Amino acid sequence: MKNKSLVSITDYSKEDILSVLKKIEQFEANPNQRILKGKVVATLFFEPSTRTRLSFETAVNRLGGRVIGFSDAATSSSVKGETLRDTIIMVCNYADLIIMRHHLDGAARYASEVCSVPVINAGDGSNQHPSQTMLDLYSIYKTQGTLENLTITMVGDLKYGRTVHSLLMAMSHFNPVFHFIAPKELEMPFFYKELCHKLGITYYEHSDFSEEVINQSDILYMTRVQKERFTDEMDYEKVKNVYILRNKMLENSKPNLRVLHPLPRVNEIAMDVDNNPKAYYFQQAKNGVYTRQAIMCLALGIDI
Amino acid sequence: MNDIKKELQVAALENGTVIDHIPPEQLFKVVSLLHLDNVSSRITIGNNLESQRIEKKGIIKIADKFFEESEIDKISLIAPTVKLNIIRNYEVVEKKDITLPDTLLNTVKCANPKCITNNEPMQTHFHVIDKTRVRIKCHYCERVLNKDEIEIL
Repeated sequence: MKNKSLVSITDYSKEDILSVLKKIEQFEANPNQRILKGKVVATLFFEPSTRTRLSFETAVNRLGGRVIGFSDAATSSSVKGETLRDTIIMVCNYADLIIMRHHLDGAARYASEVCSVPVINAGDGSNQHPSQTMLDLYSIYKTQGTLENLTITMVGDLKYGRTVHSLLMAMSHFNPVFHFIAPKELEMPFFYKELCHKLGITYYEHSDFSEEVINQSDILYMTRVQKERFTDEMDYEKVKNVYILRNKMLENSKPNLRVLHPLPRVNEIAMDVDNNPKAYYFQQAKNGVYTRQAIMCLALGIDI
Repeated sequence: MNDIKKELQVAALENGTVIDHIPPEQLFKVVSLLHLDNVSSRITIGNNLESQRIEKKGIIKIADKFFEESEIDKISLIAPTVKLNIIRNYEVVEKKDITLPDTLLNTVKCANPKCITNNEPMQTHFHVIDKTRVRIKCHYCERVLNKDEIEIL
């Protein structure tokens, strides 16, 4: 890879993705190694995200590295009016790697351009969150044994959900069939459907969340339908309970089906699904630590 | 009619630029984009002239003015059919089709208010992803802008 930074999942080629998956596997087998000893990793969270920050920091700590940083912009100098550029240039002097979360779209790309050390994007506004995508890919790969030729059903907010867009882009290398299940107001944007069309990827759109579609699927990727996305509350009321997965809906699903969710969930997966062996969302979150270990080592040029 | 048209087409310009085949509805936008109100040399503007290439056209002749690439890029975003003639010593020395470049630096404002480029003192940067339909993608926030969403800086 030319640039060691990871800003967008599209920075990774198909080969890069496959090589990172192999590394994640190695970290899962052996997550405690001292390979980041002597390295300082800065976690700059201009916007709070406890789950993602703890996952990255756990990954660093288990590899023997040190962490500096802040978990909220209120404790950084951006409240004094410092530009992002100045903050990043200053931190580059201290750290070997920057993990950054920011509320503005494109902030991570800009940081990677002004920075002399690699930057890993831990979420830039509604744009990209590539370590989430990599852990989704790893979860699919691990549960299905391959990424090739899978039927992937995405459910919920497909319009604003950055995780589904990035997953779609990443999976597009592997000849998938997609089912998009969403209310009209939150359907998959034209840009992504056009992309599927260009790449010869088959996709189907549904507004009904039916067992018929579930039963064809290898992966059921659930997302939250968020109230704040609707301009009309009536529209929200109409659809809020339509996209709820209940255990009985999985009765005739394929044995290899796994249910994924980027978390946090609210009510879109009923609690009775949790005990079904096909529920994979908590293990999926656990895979995040190994995924971030692999991504960080790659960014730092450390071969394992 | 033909004579009048001919006269307009060949009106003497010793040195300068002729911007031809401007769609009539875009003519005044081109004037404003190129900040011709600040140009002190002789300018002739014609609009709704007959054209063989497009139904009707606008034309702008600017004496002693030659444009930078970045200025030309801006025209291609709103009027891709435009032809540029460079005149030196009464002769057309160069005829240019303007085409959208692959990237646009500091030319277009990103339509996404949450884009970093609208919140930091920095240049905008777009990749042209469809030259025919004029669709561009922000290098930073990755938002795709259609032709009607493009606001020029």
